[in-house]
Amino acid sequence: MESSRRKFLKIAGASAVAGLGAHSILNALASEEQAETVEIKIGPKALHAKNWGMVIDTRKLTTSADLKPIIDACNKIHNIPIKLENKNHEIKWIWEEKYQHAFPVLSGNKYANDRVTKLPFLVLCNHCENPPCVRACPTQATFKRKSDGIVMMDFHRCIGCRFCMAACPYGSRSFNFRDPRPFIEHESKDFPTRMKGVVEKCNFCAERLAVGKQPACVEASKGALVFGDLRDPDSKIRKVLKENYTIRRKQELGTEPAVYYIV
Amino acid sequence: MNDKGKIVTGLIIFVAIVTFPFWYNHGRAVATPEPILTPEAKAAKQCVRPIEFMKTEHMLLLDVWRDTVVRDGPRIYKNEEGKEFNMSLSSTCLECHSNKVDFCDKCHNYASADPYCWDCHIENPKEKK
Repeated sequence: MESSRRKFLKIAGASAVAGLGAHSILNALASEEQAETVEIKIGPKALHAKNWGMVIDTRKLTTSADLKPIIDACNKIHNIPIKLENKNHEIKWIWEEKYQHAFPVLSGNKYANDRVTKLPFLVLCNHCENPPCVRACPTQATFKRKSDGIVMMDFHRCIGCRFCMAACPYGSRSFNFRDPRPFIEHESKDFPTRMKGVVEKCNFCAERLAVGKQPACVEASKGALVFGDLRDPDSKIRKVLKENYTIRRKQELGTEPAVYYIV
Repeated sequence: MNDKGKIVTGLIIFVAIVTFPFWYNHGRAVATPEPILTPEAKAAKQCVRPIEFMKTEHMLLLDVWRDTVVRDGPRIYKNEEGKEFNMSLSSTCLECHSNKVDFCDKCHNYASADPYCWDCHIENPKEKK
C-alpha cells in the first residue's frame, strides 16, 4: 500500500511537470506563429482631438434656407432615408428645431427677445460627456469613444431595444421602423445603409475625421459651424467660445453637451 | 407487450423520416463551388493575406476589421508584405471582388452560410442600382 501510494504520487508529480512544460512550449510556438508582421494603424491624415465639440453660430443661420444645405449634406453622405413619408418613421441626424423645443427651460421666459425665439435651430447629437444613452444600452452598441469623446453606434450590435432613445433627452436618435434602403435618395457608396430594427444618430462624421476631413455639416456651413478640440486651449473652437457667449441644450440635466450655440 | 407491432412500425417510420436527407441525397454529391475571380482580383495575385489564409479565415479577418474600425478607430491594415489597405468591406474587398454573386455567394450558398453583411453594406459599389 505504502509503495503504491508513493508510486502514484511520483507519477502524478512527474506528469504535472511534463504537462506544464508542454503547455509553455506550445504557447511559445503559438506566439512565434502570431509574430507575423501584420499591423493595424491609424491613417496618416486622421484628425485627432481629446474631445470633439461644435459651436453653432445662430447669427449666421437665420432662416430655414440657411440650414437646408447643411442638413442635406449630412443626409446625402450618410444614406439617410429622406423619402419616408410617415412622420413617426423619420430618421434624423441633424435637423431644424423650434426654439421652445430645443431650449424648453429657457423658453419659459415669456418676454424673451423675438429674434432668438423665432430662430430655426440646428440640432444634432450633443456627444455628451456623460451620455445617458450609453448607460442605457444593454449591449454596448452605443459607446463613448475614449480617444476623442464621440458617442458612437455599432450598428452590428444594436438589438433595437430603443432604451437609448428613451434615455436621450435631446431626441437625437431615430429608429428604423422600416427597411431604409428604398427610401434613400442617392445611395452613397462610402457609407453603409442601416437595416430595419436598429437605432441610428449623428456620429460627428467619424469616418471623415479618420481621413482628415471636417464633418460634412461643418464643410457645408460656410463658417457658421466651428468644429474642434474642446480640451485644447489654443484651438479655434476654444477661441470662439471665449469670445462669444454660448448656451447649451438642457444643460441643467448634467449631460455636458459638446454642442454650443451662439445666440 | 401487445403493441409490439405498432411500436416496431412506428420506430421504422421514425428512423426512415430522420434519415431521409441522408439516403435521399446519397450519391448525388454537389460539385464543390469554384468562386470566379474578376480580372482585377486575378491580376493582384494575392489578396490582403495569402490565399490559403483568406480561404479559411476571411470571416475572422473581417470580424477584426469590423470591430477595429467601428469601435476603436484605426482604419489601415498593413499586411506581412508591408502593403496597406483601407479596412473596408465595400471599398476594399468589393473593389476587387466586384462579382458578389459569383464570388461570395457561391461558397456561402454551398455551405449554407448566411452572413448579414449585405443588409447594410452596399453590395456592388461600382454598379449603381
